[in-house]
Amino acid sequence: MFDSITLGQYYQTDSLLHRLDPRVKLVGTFVYLISLFVVDSFAGYLLAGLFLAVMIMLSNVPFRYIVRGMKTIVFLLLITVVFNLFLTPGEVIWQAGIFKITREGLTFAVKMAVRLSLLILGSSIMTLTTTPTQLTDALESLLRPLKKVHVPVHEIAMMMSIALRFIPILMEETDKIMKAQIARGADFESKNIIKKIKSMVPLLVPLFISAFRRANDLAMAMEARCYRGGEGRTKMKPLVYHGRDHVAYMVLLAFFVICILTRIFF
Amino acid sequence: MGIRIDDISFEYERGTAMQVTALDHISAEIPDNQFIGLIGHTGSGKSTFVQTLNGLLKPTSGHIYYNGEDINGENFDKKKLRSDVGLVFQYPEHQLFEIDVLTDVMFGPKNLGLSDEEAKKRALEALESVHMPEKYYKSSPFDLSGGQKRRAAIAGVLAMRPKILILDEPTAGLDPKGRDSILGMISDMKKRLNMTIILVSHSMDDVARYVDRIMVMGGGKLLYDDEPVKVFRHVQELESLGLAAPQITYIMKLLKEKGLDVSTDALTVEEAAAEIMAHRRELHV
Repeated sequence: MFDSITLGQYYQTDSLLHRLDPRVKLVGTFVYLISLFVVDSFAGYLLAGLFLAVMIMLSNVPFRYIVRGMKTIVFLLLITVVFNLFLTPGEVIWQAGIFKITREGLTFAVKMAVRLSLLILGSSIMTLTTTPTQLTDALESLLRPLKKVHVPVHEIAMMMSIALRFIPILMEETDKIMKAQIARGADFESKNIIKKIKSMVPLLVPLFISAFRRANDLAMAMEARCYRGGEGRTKMKPLVYHGRDHVAYMVLLAFFVICILTRIFF
Repeated sequence: MGIRIDDISFEYERGTAMQVTALDHISAEIPDNQFIGLIGHTGSGKSTFVQTLNGLLKPTSGHIYYNGEDINGENFDKKKLRSDVGLVFQYPEHQLFEIDVLTDVMFGPKNLGLSDEEAKKRALEALESVHMPEKYYKSSPFDLSGGQKRRAAIAGVLAMRPKILILDEPTAGLDPKGRDSILGMISDMKKRLNMTIILVSHSMDDVARYVDRIMVMGGGKLLYDDEPVKVFRHVQELESLGLAAPQITYIMKLLKEKGLDVSTDALTVEEAAAEIMAHRRELHV
């Protein structure tokens, strides 16, 4: 039932990007997202697109798989494009009744679509090549300085990893409960909106109960293993930078500088 | 009539690196009024198999016919199929959601478009069939004990009056007493309601006592499909699948090896006892 949601789900394979330190990937994604807002010319977008294409190639994740994940956000993309297309004031190039397309609107809509697509593809490359555990480890490590000002970094990271960990579990659970209710004649495919909302009750009630039950079990299991927060806790797989990670940082820096340059010169 | 399964296969995550073959060219017949045990180790494909039987999963190849009609055909009424082929999932108590037990059991019949009265009538019948004490009818399903919850959930499917009832590991997570009482109830139901029951389990001891026929699955294939006695003659092959014959079969085999000329086909303690008693003259005691 959830086969189509591949957007951002870890893809198990071996590649340079998979082996990269998660901190590099987290910082890299962040830099990439900022750079998408720095560049404002087609040359800049071309550069960002090329950079992403290289990353996708390096990631060893089949392109088909990545694009399939994009399906879920096509609708969002469409709305953005349509709104920008019709609602930007400026020089009119096409008109039908109250609907008009302006030159500015057209440029803006295309830019927006490209920017959004790159944004989503860029961040999904990170989650496709990084397990949630690595990701939270990286976050914890990168935010460590904030501990000095009493930000509960470890706790935040722990909550995040638990939340992430529960997504596939709850998805599987949803699928199971849905099937069980379908087997009892429930209809989840009704077009009628009221019926549709009503049909969610037999799904949501068991799902909430199961979420609470699992949370309870997990808390109990953590306590049984003497979990007492982050103080003095060591890692089974501590994060260590390798040569390739330093190179990756350099590449990122170069990319970012070039992005700023395109902003200035184009 | 019943179900005819014609060479079905099923793959999860088809077309990705994670592709798994869950069912590998399975053919079988499920006739009316038979008690079938479906046995297999975890991951043998038995849960996938039963989900194809009521159309929840569509086989990636092959066909399933219910009363002669292809259930994945275009004009086939899936809703009718799902009321005729009732499927009770593993840990069915996780699907309970209504304010009281009776209302929850009425959910299925009402989905079939029956009136409140008729739905209630069927629900009461179903609750009686699963031996649910009447005092719980109006309690919240979440206040019941584990075994009672399971009964309520089974009643929820039974209330749709299926002709074929599939129970996926109905005894999982129950203590021995709860297990015996659920199995006894199922066997009792089978006798009274004249339906086909498919009991999915990984324990031979659970099913040997009750069923007319055993289907053994392993690695997505249907390996054995025969009377229990005949299936249990393949003890070694079963063990290599991570399964085992009923404990009593081992005892009888041991007795035979030690020189007591008993038949090793006994499936229950009672049968074994009778068999041993028949040979008691040979015992040197």
